[in-house]
Amino acid sequence: MHGQVASKVLQLLPTVPLFEQRLLENMGGGAAYENDLNFKATELRLGLPGTGCTNEEQAVSGAKNNKRPLLETREECGSKEKSDPQHDDQETDPAPKARIVGWPPIRSYRKNSLQPKKAEAEAAAGMYVKVSMDGAPYLRKIDLKVYKGYPELLKALENMFKLTIGEYSEREGYKGSEYAPTYEDKDGDWMLVGDVPWDMFLTSCKKLRIMKGSEARGLGCGV
Amino acid sequence: MITNKKPRSSDTDSNYMRDDRTEMSEDDDRSPPSDSIANGSCPTRTCTPGSGSGSGSSSIPEYSAPYPDRVLENVLENVLWFLTSRKDRNAASLVCRSWYRVEAMTRSDLFIGNCYAVSPERATSRFTRVRSVTLKGKPRFADFNLMPPNWGAHFAPWVSATAKAYPWLEKIHLKRMSVTDDDLALLAESFSGFKELVLVCCDGFGTSGLAAVASKCRQLKVLDLIESEVSDDEVDWIMCFPDTETCLESLIFDCVECLVDFDVLERLVVRSPSLKKLRLNRFVSIGQLYRLMVRAPQLTHLGTGSFSPSEDVAQGELELDYVSAFAACKSLVCLSGFREIVPDCLPAIYPVCANLTSLNFSYANISAEQLKPIISNCHKLQTFWVLDSICDEGLQAVATTCKELRELRVFPFDPREDIEGPVSEVGLQAISEGCRKLQSILYFCQRMTNAAVIAMSKNCPDLVIFRLCIMGRQRPDHVTGEPMDEGFGAIVMNCKKLTRLAVSGLLTDTAFAYIGKYGKIVRTLSVAFAGDSDMGLKYVLEGCPRLQKLEIRDSPFGDTALLSGLHHYYNMRFLWMSACRLSHQGCQQIAQALPHLVVEVIKHEDTVHMDDYADTLYMYRSLAGRRHDVPQFVSIL
Repeated sequence: MHGQVASKVLQLLPTVPLFEQRLLENMGGGAAYENDLNFKATELRLGLPGTGCTNEEQAVSGAKNNKRPLLETREECGSKEKSDPQHDDQETDPAPKARIVGWPPIRSYRKNSLQPKKAEAEAAAGMYVKVSMDGAPYLRKIDLKVYKGYPELLKALENMFKLTIGEYSEREGYKGSEYAPTYEDKDGDWMLVGDVPWDMFLTSCKKLRIMKGSEARGLGCGV
Repeated sequence: MITNKKPRSSDTDSNYMRDDRTEMSEDDDRSPPSDSIANGSCPTRTCTPGSGSGSGSSSIPEYSAPYPDRVLENVLENVLWFLTSRKDRNAASLVCRSWYRVEAMTRSDLFIGNCYAVSPERATSRFTRVRSVTLKGKPRFADFNLMPPNWGAHFAPWVSATAKAYPWLEKIHLKRMSVTDDDLALLAESFSGFKELVLVCCDGFGTSGLAAVASKCRQLKVLDLIESEVSDDEVDWIMCFPDTETCLESLIFDCVECLVDFDVLERLVVRSPSLKKLRLNRFVSIGQLYRLMVRAPQLTHLGTGSFSPSEDVAQGELELDYVSAFAACKSLVCLSGFREIVPDCLPAIYPVCANLTSLNFSYANISAEQLKPIISNCHKLQTFWVLDSICDEGLQAVATTCKELRELRVFPFDPREDIEGPVSEVGLQAISEGCRKLQSILYFCQRMTNAAVIAMSKNCPDLVIFRLCIMGRQRPDHVTGEPMDEGFGAIVMNCKKLTRLAVSGLLTDTAFAYIGKYGKIVRTLSVAFAGDSDMGLKYVLEGCPRLQKLEIRDSPFGDTALLSGLHHYYNMRFLWMSACRLSHQGCQQIAQALPHLVVEVIKHEDTVHMDDYADTLYMYRSLAGRRHDVPQFVSIL
């Protein structure tokens, strides 16, 4: 049954060879994957990445017009202001900034003394990946665990590198911006951020790279 | 006839002179006296032809009149012993060769602000009768993980050189140095009359090194470990102190994260009648503190340890009469600790509040309500360190009572960037209005306004140190939305005594223009995520003649700006620039132009390998040239 859904979806999705192959591997005889990834994470849905029961804020949906919530979310985050009914469980401030090494300038002895349990917990649970951007000389490291979903992550990346990434669309990638966030997954393949459900992204993302220009368009867009 | 030799004036000379706290007034034209080994009667040396002094103009007057010179040197020696200030001594050493020699012989406190600025051999051969050595190693930004580990600043070559040169050495004070247990063992072996060891922000050693010091240094008066990382070698170092009465006056070990055997500690305190300063670590419970206080009511400085009951004997501990114990400490003026405070226990300290001049609550998560009854009695308080958990309201209470406050530090309980934050411009404004004698402030907050900073600049004219850390990077004035330029501008303009400044928030080049224009006596400047262009750094390098220590991170300053400081770098102790826009070529140019500057480019593993950019530049003047202990991630240009 999943095979049928898969092929139908494949027709709708942009034809990126790598991506197709991954899907087939996942859905087809990919016994290896069934062990690594839990069923729910690899389940193909027509909803937007980050939606679904794993994400408390956004409703599960099977319809394509879920594009709206993503837009709204991003705008509300951008406005920085009041609380938003959809995001009551989130802080009213904008998406958390990625942690920068050595900032604020507090000695680690003091940090650990004040919140020893928190420090330990953070160290244990953090999921740090490197983020590079084409044209920038420095890598940053961010903790993916801090973010609840793609919108927050994208906002944080925009803040960190002072750029606009634009809106995600399944068909066209990140239209309206010359940048596209990509990530390298466990297999070494470069994927567009947002193509897979958030939880799957968390487990498979090894590093992030913000691509610029035509390379970005090539990955995200259609033929 | 007393000869008056002109000092050899060269650029290097005057550069070293200008600096107040220059560690040594070494200059390259003069070679140190090679045969000036410590000896009772120095005058004879001046009569020996070919004695140590380097190339020279006429040395004839010196040799033709030994007697007046001998008198002069005796007089000089006796007089110069009284000269304690480094600045004065550096000046004296430049008068003439004679004075240089006598000053070198009479300097007893050797201060080296950068351990790589001079080699241990050179220092010990010039200064022959040193009794106290102070060494500083890594730059301050190393505290915030901006420097990879194992960069350097090793104590080892210094301890071996001083062990040979100064067997009578009494005091060693180290800051941000890498110290090993072997170093401490050598120290303990070599200096029989050793009295004081102070280690601030050091690492690399453990309790076995401490054990060596405790057991061998029988004259030890001071053992102060401050914010250092001490590894637990499972050695009971407290047990290693001699069984007899000790000379201990100060024992500070609040940073040592190892259990101590309390009974052993108590016995040590009992047999240390001169003990005045005792700072316990967080493994000492409040009940144990009580026992110690009862044994040592003569204490003037107390670090209370955890200030909470231990888990097993909680009930008994809470019933002890802490108020009496504190009341018995009539000389207590400095209180700190409170590492795991149980606020209910706080009232115990009431009896000492009125006498306190220093109070450190910076590890105590207490509210404004809990603070108020304490602080309202602290009329004499001059130094106050606290957590922002007391909120603006707590700071208002401080402002109401502490009219003698000289130093305030407000640390964040939760040092993240994106939260609301309990203290703000309201607290700063209140402090500025209440504490008019303020000299030093370190203030962490999430939001600030120019108005409050301007108010402080006007209300607190005695400010020497102003460090404001708005934790959200590049945050503007949260009321007007403007950059924080005007606030910091007012500080440099109005605070005429300001020598140390740390800036934050959204800052344009204008802020730096202000600093360059008005910050004429600024010696230390810290910059992070600030400025628009090279002009920012140029303003500072061209405008601040007293600048000694400049540390910059993540700011858009590039090669052009770096080159604009060529005229000044020999006057500085160091320059640090990380994640700026410097290229290797730019750094290379500096290295070529200034041969006595050591230009280190430090590479971080995190960086994308772009040949062009220099991740971190750390450069400093040095007579020692490139160091020999360079790790592979450092290249010296």
